[in-house]
Amino acid sequence: MSSTGNDAGKTVTGREGGFYAWINKRFPLDKMLREHVTEYYAPKNLNWWYVFGFLSMLVLVIQIVTGIFLTMSYKPAAAEAFASVEYIMRDVEWGWLLRYMHSTGASLFFVVVYIHMFRALLYGSYKNPRELLWVFGMFIYLALSAEAFFGYLLPWGQMSYWGAQVIVSLAGAIPVVGDSLVEWVRGDFFISDITLNRFFALHVIAVPLILVGLVVVHILALHQVGSNNPDGVEIKEKKDSSGKPLDGVAFHPYDTSKDLVAMIVFLIVFSAIVFFAPEMGGYFLEHANFEPANPLKTPEHIAPVWYFTPFYAVLRAVPSKLGGVVMMGAAMLVLFFLPWLDRSPVKSLRYRGWMSKLALGAFVVSFIALGFLGTRPATGVYTMLARVFTVIYFAYFLLMPFYTKYDKIKPVPERVSHHG
Amino acid sequence: MVRKFFACLFILMPAMASGAGGNANLQRIDVDISNEAALQRGAKYFVNYCLGCHSAQYVRYNRLALDLGITEEQLVDNLMFTGERPFDTMEIAMPANDAASWYGRTPPDLSLAARARGDSWIYSFLKSFYLDPLKPTGVNNLVLAGASMPHVLWELQGTQRAVFREDIDAQGHPHEVFDRFEMVTPGSLSAQEYDTMVRDLVTFLSYIGEPVQLERRALGVKVIMFLLVFLLFAFLLKKEIWKDVH
Repeated sequence: MSSTGNDAGKTVTGREGGFYAWINKRFPLDKMLREHVTEYYAPKNLNWWYVFGFLSMLVLVIQIVTGIFLTMSYKPAAAEAFASVEYIMRDVEWGWLLRYMHSTGASLFFVVVYIHMFRALLYGSYKNPRELLWVFGMFIYLALSAEAFFGYLLPWGQMSYWGAQVIVSLAGAIPVVGDSLVEWVRGDFFISDITLNRFFALHVIAVPLILVGLVVVHILALHQVGSNNPDGVEIKEKKDSSGKPLDGVAFHPYDTSKDLVAMIVFLIVFSAIVFFAPEMGGYFLEHANFEPANPLKTPEHIAPVWYFTPFYAVLRAVPSKLGGVVMMGAAMLVLFFLPWLDRSPVKSLRYRGWMSKLALGAFVVSFIALGFLGTRPATGVYTMLARVFTVIYFAYFLLMPFYTKYDKIKPVPERVSHHG
Repeated sequence: MVRKFFACLFILMPAMASGAGGNANLQRIDVDISNEAALQRGAKYFVNYCLGCHSAQYVRYNRLALDLGITEEQLVDNLMFTGERPFDTMEIAMPANDAASWYGRTPPDLSLAARARGDSWIYSFLKSFYLDPLKPTGVNNLVLAGASMPHVLWELQGTQRAVFREDIDAQGHPHEVFDRFEMVTPGSLSAQEYDTMVRDLVTFLSYIGEPVQLERRALGVKVIMFLLVFLLFAFLLKKEIWKDVH
């Protein structure tokens, strides 16, 4: 396909005969490549915030590949799990690298996904016509959270065990069926070998299948409506005579070459952590998790891994257990309704007024603050702060119909603005 | 905007890292696990003083030979006393249940002690035994109050007494805080020699916590160098492809 060149719109020579044609008669390879790669037009003004979707896919691939190899040496049994992880770390060829890539990948998955989601908030990427795209994305986030939660039990360390114990027992707050539900999830009266086995099954096959399926759906939905951009202008509305958007560039080679740069920068950060700080000061691999699970000894301070701490802080901010569980669930689920809460006539924050800007700023601060508070013990001033930030977190969503409606907006340009 | 975001992240990073909890009586140390001599001494102290009660069940003897720069013969002669084979792991003969009834709890496996507790914690712990006639072992520990471990190294360090002083807390109530240790009977090592010995032991524990540490860092340098070169070419490629987009 050397004759393709940069202009993907032309009829491609060298594709009519031979093996390639043989395949295309039987499988729509060429059609798919055109639709999704060489003739999928993305806005030319996409900035660097737009690489995090691609980076999420990259991390997904890293997790699946390293995960497959880890599965070959890991033993999902209460008596053997912890030792098998140490076996991987010490005796399996390159096992330590696989394990650190997988544990670092788990945390960085959330880093890139959180930034990807923030990008959507920044430029209104969830607004009409991209509501379903956003909803599919939210399902990916939920699946990812489930994947991380199930996976965290597998090393069978103290924090694995007690973290799972705390989170699973939350279901016990549900009236009437709570206790039987908890028992049903665990498959036992406490977190045990049986629980570990089923979490393993969910972690290595059930949730990854759902995750990959959702990613396919997410991308299909994206390619149906096209990418949003920092100006929030629909590029499909202005096309040239051949039907190509005037402000679009072909995904390949333009965005692929940009994603390649992003990929390498990401891999440098990834390698810096894997090779020089795999524990990340106890935030990616918690110190207490280097002690094997002991059902008789509760650690004095149980904290989930950093990516769940904002929601954990919301949970603890509410005085009643059921109330906390409901609020924690609501903190995640409220994101689904974003497309319908936002009443602004413009998408991008660039053309919105001070109210929207202040709201997003306050939301980001509250999310990070809750994340920090979730790692601290829930005492005195920390609990008070967690309550304040919980209110701000929900205010961002619940007041959105009002501040987006009354906010002053600036005129949106006809065409996208591009800065070299 | 992206740049500002990452700038903030890097500024916040040290604050996040130091967020982990602390203990007022800890003495911070940094060990150097590339110091082969210290590792060899640490291994010697470990098999002589610790391995009677504490196993290191994930550590293979012959891995020590490989990483500590000693031959298998030296390994068998100096570090292996109970008829194991070189590819065995560092197990102990004491049954866990018996140990629990003798000491109050089973002495924990030390393979990962340095990763679970931290180097500074172990260093401080081994230096903080003090005489306490109320305890069955005759000693208590400042870092881990009520520790069930006897002061195994007392012949080397000697015995010390903890001196507490009165202090007024924030609510105005008096309470006792640790002031200093006072030597009661000197041991066979000077204070400085004992510190070095404990440091060697901690160096060894840090090494067995993650034997691959040095290899990991060395490989990391190469990987990142490669990526930086790759980045240059990828960046130039991107610039070339985008040059006619206005």
